Amino acid sequence: MKRRTNLKLAAAAALALALPQVALAEDTLKLGIVAHKTGPLAGGEKVTQTPNVQLWIHEVNERGGLNVGGTQMKVELVEYDDKTNPGEHIKAANRLINQDNVHFIVAPYGTGFNIAAAPIYGKSGYPMVAVSAITDKVDELAERFPNLFFTLGTTTAFVEAVRDILVEQRDAGNIGNKVAMVNVADAFGIELADVARQAFTDAGFELVYDKSYPLGTPDLSPVMKGAKASAADAFIAWSYPPDSFGLAEQAIIEDLDVSIYYSAVATSFPAFFGAYGSKIDNVLGAGGTNVDDPKIAAYRQAHEEVTGATPDFWASANTYAALEVLGQAIEGAGTLDRNTVTQYIKDNSFDTIMGTLDFENNFSEKFWTVGQWQDGVFRGVKGVNVDGAVDVRLKDGWK
Amino acid sequence: MDILVSGLLLAGTYALMALGLNLQYGVARIMNLANGEMLVLGALAAFWLYINAQVSPLLTVVMVGPIAFIGNWLIYRFLLVPLVKRSKNQGQLEVDSILATFGMSFFIVGIMVSIEGGFFAYKYLSETISILGSTSSLNRLAAFLLAVVIGGSLYLWLNRTRTGVAVRAVSVSTEAAGLVGIDVPKMSALAFALGGAVTSMGGSLISTFYTLDASVGVIFTMKALIIVIMGGVGDVRGTIVAAIILGIVETAVATLVDPGLTLASAYFIFLLILLFRPQGLFGRRTA
Repeated sequence: MKRRTNLKLAAAAALALALPQVALAEDTLKLGIVAHKTGPLAGGEKVTQTPNVQLWIHEVNERGGLNVGGTQMKVELVEYDDKTNPGEHIKAANRLINQDNVHFIVAPYGTGFNIAAAPIYGKSGYPMVAVSAITDKVDELAERFPNLFFTLGTTTAFVEAVRDILVEQRDAGNIGNKVAMVNVADAFGIELADVARQAFTDAGFELVYDKSYPLGTPDLSPVMKGAKASAADAFIAWSYPPDSFGLAEQAIIEDLDVSIYYSAVATSFPAFFGAYGSKIDNVLGAGGTNVDDPKIAAYRQAHEEVTGATPDFWASANTYAALEVLGQAIEGAGTLDRNTVTQYIKDNSFDTIMGTLDFENNFSEKFWTVGQWQDGVFRGVKGVNVDGAVDVRLKDGWK
Repeated sequence: MDILVSGLLLAGTYALMALGLNLQYGVARIMNLANGEMLVLGALAAFWLYINAQVSPLLTVVMVGPIAFIGNWLIYRFLLVPLVKRSKNQGQLEVDSILATFGMSFFIVGIMVSIEGGFFAYKYLSETISILGSTSSLNRLAAFLLAVVIGGSLYLWLNRTRTGVAVRAVSVSTEAAGLVGIDVPKMSALAFALGGAVTSMGGSLISTFYTLDASVGVIFTMKALIIVIMGGVGDVRGTIVAAIILGIVETAVATLVDPGLTLASAYFIFLLILLFRPQGLFGRRTA
């Protein structure tokens, strides 16, 4: 009995080992990704990262694959789940490199994960064109990890864009001097709040409410009641997905009377509009896009057709563009040699749906920073080197 | 007043999370680490039916109850009974059930991710209401009322009916209950199934005001565990009182001191109770 079980196991193992090899002919390019399929970042990954990887591979294979030095190579994805756990992530990354021998990888979702994985991928020369990674330490990181590229902006850029909006609206006489600010108490929220506290105070604003709340706080009503009681003219939240929703919900319930309402991550998700509809009209959030740009419009249409999901109005386009950069660099370098491809990314500019991207010190300075829900579309209102920003509208009730 | 109203409403939510676990842990003696996943499963059902078929979450709550009851009964009957049978003492069953349900939680998360990997974002009954001058929303009030109904009927059922007494007897001692002719395996299965049903129904309602995703179950498991231990294992009153204490203290700290300290305050109370009343507020000292 026992022997039979062992035999079965052995047969199953042999089959499992044999299968990928059958599927992998000589002319496939293996692209590895360690994704957060479950865990705290799974919701974000599912919206921003997964469908774009799917779309890009679909588009590339549709036109016959990547032309690598004269050979047409179809792209095949090798995927692992890390449960949003850095330890698991590193293990899976090592597996991609040493066992699956993937040719290239997709940079992970989340700033911390990119920084954690950079040395592992860097050791084997994998270029990482990171998207969902925002930090002020780009220079320092690029020096330490020459293989790591940033495309979505810096903490300071995001804060300064919000400050600029506040200053413009104050100068136009639309709002007063009082700002209520809250942040989620984790690395991301604290870093943004620290930068913002300085920037807002320097610009002459008074922080009448400035509190943090723990990640996953079940009831944000005390936070919103406090913000409301402070009689602020503007409400700024450096928040993450579950609480961006929760704050909006409470703002609606409390009928928070502000002219500027901003919440950071996930405000640009279609689900945000799906949940609150017209009530969140004129809500500001991190990101933005220019849906009127023909390239972006075509991309959004393809995204919906191929993946069945609506792209978000921020990093979705950047994620696709980053994959375009990687693809064009592989074709341009004409080789699977990763160091050559990394160097190619540094030395060249790339024609993507976000326009022409090039890297200076591993940093692409072309991104949206603030967007706003205007009649069901989240449009970019502030950005760096991007076209098509629209005017900011004032929040007028939560109807 | 604000603190009292918001705190009580939050307490209702907490009670919904913890009542089911109390039954499962207190009576069936299964330390169910998949409790949170069961809750999220109820939430997913409400979200999925609302998005795809415009079924009112309130109706889903009613439907989820019996389905979860049967599902949890099957889980107990086929997955957990073998553990109960082979364990020689309470400690071993606890370790085994923790491992088994921990594994089960990943299984359930996997199923839920395959159905919906993103956020369960929808809104239902989020109209503003004013209770004694304090603003809140209708869905939170609904959750509170359901908690009151479930808590109240559980209490009455446990104290006024024959089956209820049997369930309580099992909760006190499986051996003694067996000696006086109570069908212990049947009562345990009943308690486990009922607990699962309560948790899932709570999840369906909670999803109307929380934006959940497939992976957040563990947060609810932790909270429920704290509440159950605080209140005393196997006592419905304890769970409700502990939920109220947590709800009001968290709201008070968030309003009067700093929202950043809510978690710290919750764990501080938990520590105090563990230090001075390790068996929980209403718990019995083990002989």
